[in-house]
Amino acid sequence: MKILKLIFKNSLRHKLRTTLTILGIAIAVIAFGILRTVVTSWDVGVEAASPNRLITRQAVSFIFPLPYAYKDRIASIPGVTQVTYANWFSGVYKDKNQFFARMAADPETLLKVYDEILLTDEEKKNFIAERNSCIVGIETAKTYNLKIGDIMTLEGDIYPGRWDFVIRGIYRPKFKTIDPTAMYFHWAYVDERMQEESPARAGLVGWYIMKIDDPAKSASISAQIDNMFKNSAYETKTESERAFTENFLSSTSAIISAMDFMSFVIVGIIMLVLGNTMIMSARERAREYAILKTLGFSTWHLIGLIGGESMLIACLGGGVGLLLTFPLIVGFEQAIPKSVFPMFELETITVILSIVAVLLIGLAAAIFPTQRAIRTKIVEGIRFIG
Amino acid sequence: MSAIIQIRNVFKSYWRNSLEIPVLQNISLDVEEGEFLALMGPSGSGKTTLLNLIAGIDRPTKGDLVVSGTDIGKLGESALAKWRSANVGFVFQFYNLIPVLTAYENVELPLLLTKLSKAERKKHVETALGIVGLGDRMHHSPKQLSGGQEQRVAIARAIVTDPSILVADEPTGDLDKHSAQEILTLMERLNKEFKKTIVMVTHDPHAAERALRLLHLEKGDLV
Repeated sequence: MKILKLIFKNSLRHKLRTTLTILGIAIAVIAFGILRTVVTSWDVGVEAASPNRLITRQAVSFIFPLPYAYKDRIASIPGVTQVTYANWFSGVYKDKNQFFARMAADPETLLKVYDEILLTDEEKKNFIAERNSCIVGIETAKTYNLKIGDIMTLEGDIYPGRWDFVIRGIYRPKFKTIDPTAMYFHWAYVDERMQEESPARAGLVGWYIMKIDDPAKSASISAQIDNMFKNSAYETKTESERAFTENFLSSTSAIISAMDFMSFVIVGIIMLVLGNTMIMSARERAREYAILKTLGFSTWHLIGLIGGESMLIACLGGGVGLLLTFPLIVGFEQAIPKSVFPMFELETITVILSIVAVLLIGLAAAIFPTQRAIRTKIVEGIRFIG
Repeated sequence: MSAIIQIRNVFKSYWRNSLEIPVLQNISLDVEEGEFLALMGPSGSGKTTLLNLIAGIDRPTKGDLVVSGTDIGKLGESALAKWRSANVGFVFQFYNLIPVLTAYENVELPLLLTKLSKAERKKHVETALGIVGLGDRMHHSPKQLSGGQEQRVAIARAIVTDPSILVADEPTGDLDKHSAQEILTLMERLNKEFKKTIVMVTHDPHAAERALRLLHLEKGDLV
C-alpha cells in the first residue's frame, strides 16, 4: 500500500462529487480551448499578412473609393513592383445568410500580387481573357457544388442588378491562413456596366494593393504615396497589409478581447469549484489527518495527500477536456464557414496554456485545505466530528 | 523495574480568548516499564489531556515529561512525529480507521514511514492481525467489520511497529459488553505476554479493574 493508492482511494470516496468536479474541469478546459482558438483564429489574417504588400485606401474611411487614375501614379514610385486594385462588391448568391467575400479585381495583376491564390495555367489564362469570368475558392465550390463552366448569378446590392459570371477557375489557397471561399471577377466588367447605368460610380476602386521590392522600405513608400495625393479630393492612407488587416479587425477587437478575458475567467471559476471540493473533502477528513499525524505522518505527507488528490482530479478533468477539445475543434472547423475562420485549429500554445492552467488549478485548489490540515492541532483534529 | 514515563510538575492550560483554563495542575507521576495503568475521573478532570501529553500529541504548559528516555517537551514537531511513530501506539474510543483502506492497509499505515520492504511489512501486518485474531479479515474494509473487530484492527495498527507504550483513550467506550471484554482481554495479553506498557483512560470501573494500577484525576490533580 502506497501513499498514491491512498490518494486514489480518497479521490473516489464521493464518486458523484469527484465525477462532477472532473466533468466541470473538463468542460472548462473545452471552453478555454475553444475560446482561445477563436481568439487566435481571429488574428490569423494578421499573421498571414505579407510584409512586402502595402494597401492604399481613402484617408477618410475604407468605405470611400479612390480614382482608378491613381494606379499609374502609384506604380511610378520607386520600389513598387506591382499594383493591383479591387472593389468590395458584396451582393447575394442564392442565400443571403451564407457569406463569402465577392470582389471585383484586376485579374492579371491580382494573381501577380497574390501568388498564394493557386490556379492552373489554363485557369489563369481563361480568367484573365474572359471579361465575365470569375474564380472561386475551393470551399465555396464545394459548398455549392460548383465546377468550371458553371454560371454564378449574383444579386447586386452595392452594385444593383443581376450579375452573371462564368466560373473559369477554382483556386486553392497556398496557405491554410488564406481565405478559401472568396470570389473574384473583373473590375473592368463591373466598371463597364457602371459607366452605362451609373456613370458617377464608374472609374473608382475600393483600394490599391502594392507589391514592393523591400519590406524595409514600406514606411517610406507609404509616405511617398500619401504625400503624392495630399490636398487632393481623394487623400490616401497607405499602410502595410498587416496594419490594414489589424485596423479592419479593430471593430471587433472589443468582442475578441472580451472572449480572451472570459477564457481566463473560466480558469478562475473552475479553480474555485475544485477548491471548494478540496475544502469539503479536507474538512470531512480533519479527524483522519489528525490520526495520520498521530501515527507520525509529517506535514509533507499531508501536502502530498491533499495536493496529490487535487492534482489527480485536476489532471483527470484536464485530460478529458483536452481529449474532447481536439474533435470538438475539428467539428467547429467544419461547421463554421471558412470565410469567417479560414483556419480554425487548436494551436500548440493553447494546449500548453490549458495544461499549465490545469496544473495551476490543481495546485491552487489544494493550498487552503492543506494549510488548514497542517495548522489543525492533533487534539483538535481527533475531536472533530465531520 | 524502571520508570518508562516520568512526569514532573506538569501544568497544562488552554486559552479561550484571553481566559486561561487550567486543565492539569502540578502533576508528577512515574509509570514503570511493563505497567498497565488505568486513569479514571469525571469528565473534564484532565485524564485525556494527561494521556495526550504522555503520547506526545500535545505539549505541557510547564513541567518535564520524559518518555522512553526522551524529554518529549523539547522535541520539535517533526522530531516528535518521528518519536511517536517509533515509541507509542494509539487506541482511540472511535477506532479512527481510514474507511477507504482495508484492515490490512490500515495496519500497514505506520509501517509506510519505516524503511521496511513490502515483504517485511506484510510479515509485520500479518503478525499484528494474527495477535488480535483477525488474520482471516485482513482484506475487509472497516464498514465490513463489527465495532469490536474495528477496535482490534486499531490495536493491531497500534502494535505493528512494536512500540514500548500503548495509550488507549476509552478503548471500550463505544463497544458492547462482550466486545469490551474481548478488547480488555487482548490488552491484558499485550501487557503480560508482549510486555507493553499501557496507559488507559476509562470511565468504566470494570475496565479499570483489568489494570495493574488505578489512578484518579479530579480537577486536574491526581487524587
